[in-house]
Amino acid sequence: MSRAALFVLADGRFPAGGHAHSGGAEAAVKAGRVTGAASLEEFCRGRLHTTGLVSAALAAAAALGVDPVELDGAADARTPSPALRVAARKLGRQLMRAARATWPSAELDALAREFPKGAHQPVVLGLTARAAGLGPEDAAYCSAYESVSGPATAVVRLLSLDPFDATRVLARLAPELDRVADRAVEAARGVVAGGGVDVLPAASAPMLEVGAEGHAGWAVRLFAS
Amino acid sequence: MHLDHSHPHAGATVGADAHRPDGTRRALRIGLGGPVGSGKTATVAALCRTLREELSLAVVTNDIYTREDAEFLLREAVLPPERITAVETGACPHTAIRDDISANLEAVEDLEDEVGPLDIVLVESGGDNLTATFSKGLVDAQIFVIDVAGGDDIPRKGGPGVTTADLLVVNKTDLAPYVGSDLGRMAADAKTARGEMPVVFQSLRSEAGVTEVALWVRAQLAAWTA
Repeated sequence: MSRAALFVLADGRFPAGGHAHSGGAEAAVKAGRVTGAASLEEFCRGRLHTTGLVSAALAAAAALGVDPVELDGAADARTPSPALRVAARKLGRQLMRAARATWPSAELDALAREFPKGAHQPVVLGLTARAAGLGPEDAAYCSAYESVSGPATAVVRLLSLDPFDATRVLARLAPELDRVADRAVEAARGVVAGGGVDVLPAASAPMLEVGAEGHAGWAVRLFAS
Repeated sequence: MHLDHSHPHAGATVGADAHRPDGTRRALRIGLGGPVGSGKTATVAALCRTLREELSLAVVTNDIYTREDAEFLLREAVLPPERITAVETGACPHTAIRDDISANLEAVEDLEDEVGPLDIVLVESGGDNLTATFSKGLVDAQIFVIDVAGGDDIPRKGGPGVTTADLLVVNKTDLAPYVGSDLGRMAADAKTARGEMPVVFQSLRSEAGVTEVALWVRAQLAAWTA
């Protein structure tokens, strides 16, 4: 398989439903916690080292061939907010459709049968990377990058932020993305080495969880989560 | 018309598949797009009232930042609530109907699973611009709705919606005298832009209402099920 498959999967235009989600940025903007490029960077940094790390490790483990059903349970355990569980499964289902159409695979088919309404998105992402012939590092990078690129593009729309500022934020986070992806892969290898899914990171961001619960009840909003 | 959508596809269910996983033929999907305020929701409501006795219908709305369109249809009780679903579009209505159709496909499939069998699913886009068209992976046919008050030069300006939609509806013809729109000119420009493809001029306030569009919808369904 081609390494260039990584670009196909990581492309923000890969049609897997992400454009309708802000990764908690809409709630943070409304609460006044994100008001411009500097606070966007802090928001993204926080998300990267918590949700981003957890998602990247789940994705890397799925890419290594760890049982996706077990990983889905591990994802649930690491996602206290019911609203975020719903969003993760919705996105997982949408990614599943795009993945099966793009890289048909018996493993993806089996997971789709197991979770007809969607498994957690990072698990599907890892299995998609596997179907595309990519490795755990690729899956971890995709997932970690998504954890910050989603909010950054959402804030461009929410605050009419200068898109160059948002892109600069992502570039400045690049060295940290490397470290998060490394840690994620290391943890995933620990699962395979016999540690089981309990060795996966369980970092959490309470404000993201709280914000998501509030956001799910809003009558007027631009993003689904 | 793009009625031959029976691409066999191993494994994954993709939008254009004409059959459901259990082998039955899926519902015909008709998209309604067009600028903000042109009367898409009113047309959907009128179609539901006209067709609901004879056909099994469902509606997917794509609201931009509220659930107003879905709520309007619920309030008007044009269909039972379980037959109406709202998709959230993340500030990009055209993305959700064209570039990344996954949320809409899910809504359509869930409706078929939960309230089916269905004859027709109407997918209404959020109000957008003249370039917004539906992916063929999402709908089998599309209606583009403009209105006389939006300027009688819109058919001349063209754009993908006006030139490529399977049916162009020019709505609110009753307002033409009040806003100085020349219906003759709009018809001539539409003919130039669309050739033989159909155009309907309608006023939902007139007695005929949505009749002509409903006839067109019935013809699409007849071709789909033939």
